[in-house]
Amino acid sequence: MVRVLIPSGALGLNYDPVALQRGIAARPDIIAIDGGSTDSGPSYLGRGVSKYARSSTKIEWAGLMEARAKAGCPLVIGTAGTCGTDSAVAWMLDITREIASEQGRPLKIAVLHSSQHPATIAQAYAEGRISPLSHAPDIDADIIKSCTNIVALAGAEQITAALNTGADIIIAGRTTDTAIIAALPLQKGCHAGGAWHGAKIGECGALCATNPQSGVVMIDFDAKGFTVTPMADNAKATPHTVSAHMLYENSDPFILLEPGGHLDVTAARYQAIDDKSVRVEGSEWIASDRYTVKLEGARGAGYQTVLMALLRDAHYVENAEIWAKDIIAKCTAKAIARLDTTTNDFNIEIRIIGKTASFGALETNTTLPPEAGAIGIVTAKTDALSQEIGKLLNPYLLHHPLTLEEEVPTFAFLFSPAEMPRGQTYAFVLNHVLELDDPMDAFTLEVLDIG
Amino acid sequence: MDRLKDIAEKVRSKNAGPFWLTIDIFCGSQAAYSQVTERLQNSAVAQLYGADSQLIKRFDIADLHVVKISLPRPEIQGSINDRDMHGASWAALLAEMQI
Repeated sequence: MVRVLIPSGALGLNYDPVALQRGIAARPDIIAIDGGSTDSGPSYLGRGVSKYARSSTKIEWAGLMEARAKAGCPLVIGTAGTCGTDSAVAWMLDITREIASEQGRPLKIAVLHSSQHPATIAQAYAEGRISPLSHAPDIDADIIKSCTNIVALAGAEQITAALNTGADIIIAGRTTDTAIIAALPLQKGCHAGGAWHGAKIGECGALCATNPQSGVVMIDFDAKGFTVTPMADNAKATPHTVSAHMLYENSDPFILLEPGGHLDVTAARYQAIDDKSVRVEGSEWIASDRYTVKLEGARGAGYQTVLMALLRDAHYVENAEIWAKDIIAKCTAKAIARLDTTTNDFNIEIRIIGKTASFGALETNTTLPPEAGAIGIVTAKTDALSQEIGKLLNPYLLHHPLTLEEEVPTFAFLFSPAEMPRGQTYAFVLNHVLELDDPMDAFTLEVLDIG
Repeated sequence: MDRLKDIAEKVRSKNAGPFWLTIDIFCGSQAAYSQVTERLQNSAVAQLYGADSQLIKRFDIADLHVVKISLPRPEIQGSINDRDMHGASWAALLAEMQI
């Protein structure tokens, strides 16, 4: 049996310290936690930075490093620093060094690098080793080369290689959410379908149980399947909470693609073994002929400046979309006339918060609110152009009348200055897999002694 | 005509990666599940989200009384036309749909 302790769905989301201690007392074989996701958007990957505060990350990671020392088992973090680039891994390593020196404990650290050189990926594309996943955007060599960061998602093989170094702590760059949990059970010969399925159930911590905020879950893997148990006093796993978790953030609730194959849970059986734990058997792992890893890439998508105004006059609230459309047309014409630019270089958008900001033309609810927010979004090729057009947009958002006959209105601005430069924005451009001859081909492993 | 939210217990949506959106309809009972599976048309969902109905994946999961619908994101996550980074608001549109 292999016992994996998962403190929470992500480092930075906090965990219940009492539940963690209970987990440690149950003598886990490994502690595994995810450090990232694409869920907060392309900027983190584009810039190669963490979305969570360094202070939160340090406090929570220090708690897990203490717990690891007490448990005497390895601690692994996957997708360190939100995006898992080399820069994010370096940030996490820096925090780890600081804590190690404060805790006065020498440690062996394995660092798994997942960053890819855009030129190498462009070469792989030219060689036909990159293929699109479902609904992937069109790409070419130039798009690949223009990425500021590309990462490959490591699977169980690369985490196993890191575990084999005998490291106390593994800081991994981008990995699949499940790989850090599945790797040790797979290495020890546990049921492969059970290993991946249990990993998927546990990857969000206690989200597969009641009281999801408590975070901490234990998963016991064996030759036939797995058993999941939340560690907090007031949390319970039931066949319903566990099986329903396969729905979460997954476009297909029965199939999960991983490097080297896929998990199929169609035949999985979920059984309550007491009022807290659930036993799962019957999940299948189907190995693929080719070994592929998923790629994620982001590149610059223009510089933004945003402005906000509030409309409280009922006449303007009701006609806000017409007002916004007229402003966009007039301000676009003014930008072209005054700045020697074209609409290839910039875009102006105004979204009406309170009415159509969520769904645009797809909104079906036409109820009028007492007030509406107008958010002006200028996206341009350069930062200077974006800020300049933001300044051109300012007087329109402040004073633009619906008709020439009416008195010039003045709307509420929230801030001075009204223009808020957001700097470079990014876009996700890859939803593809890279074929590898050997799982380690796109990854490197580094072993360090610290503290 | 009822809105989906008047029949189902909960409707939630979330990104399934940056390129897909997935919507889970928790019906809460066999009776509600039967009504939803019978009355909810994929073509109506496609129209609601401005999506191609051929690309909609639907899973009617009787054990959980859940209908799950996945579709290509109306806009790629975080692209300049995207309005909802995490994809969680999109559920409201379906919850309020008359079925």
